[in-house]
Amino acid sequence: MKITRRVFLAAPGALLMPAATRADQQRLAAALRDFTGGQPMREGRVRLDVSPLVENGNAVPISVVVETPMTVTDHVRRIGVFNERNPQPQVISAQFGPRSGRAYLATHIRLATSQALVAVAEMNDGSFWSQRVEVVVTLAACIEG
Amino acid sequence: MARVLLRVPVSVEKGAVIEMRALIQHVMETGYRPNAEGVLQPRDIIWTFTCRYDGEAVFQAIFSPAIAANPFIAFTTIATQSGPISFTWEGDNGFAQTETRHISVT
Repeated sequence: MKITRRVFLAAPGALLMPAATRADQQRLAAALRDFTGGQPMREGRVRLDVSPLVENGNAVPISVVVETPMTVTDHVRRIGVFNERNPQPQVISAQFGPRSGRAYLATHIRLATSQALVAVAEMNDGSFWSQRVEVVVTLAACIEG
Repeated sequence: MARVLLRVPVSVEKGAVIEMRALIQHVMETGYRPNAEGVLQPRDIIWTFTCRYDGEAVFQAIFSPAIAANPFIAFTTIATQSGPISFTWEGDNGFAQTETRHISVT
């Protein structure tokens, strides 16, 4: 890559967001595989709402909405949320059905540090859809003391 | 008994999609945190949340240590008929609590 002036000036910014280690990435990938049973995941349909800049990692509001009519023939079966750099990759998983009305879920979570969050939805046809969001945390949750 | 805050509509039209919110007072101790003596505090987590509408489970969630203290959850369901809506939390150390509200559907 050619180092332009813009890239050079942006470089210190990248240091503020420490890259996830290979172990973190593998752990997240393993947790996602557990959820999907190895089926391919596609980007889209899922919207994971979380503030991109979090001041307090002890209680971070998140919500997940999936585009679906939630009918008997086309609905979400499960939604799972995963993280990259907490001590455990699982955050929450929930079951839905045509009686849910909407594929919607909101909760408050802990984030140990700046990291990626991934929301995955399993549709009744067996397909998996996901969205990945990067979050910067200024005050980490007391997860590891 | 832990304190619980619930937001459930009292009266709705049949077929309406209603949002319910539930919050329960709980430490959600992760098991990764040392106390003042440097000893890890034992894990104390609520693992499951179930909402039953007239006896049928309409929403179930599995929590984790990544859920903030005093777990909050919001979700929706379709108002089908008048009846009880119950909310059950279960977790470590035999924690189990159920709260029930009545909804009237017109």
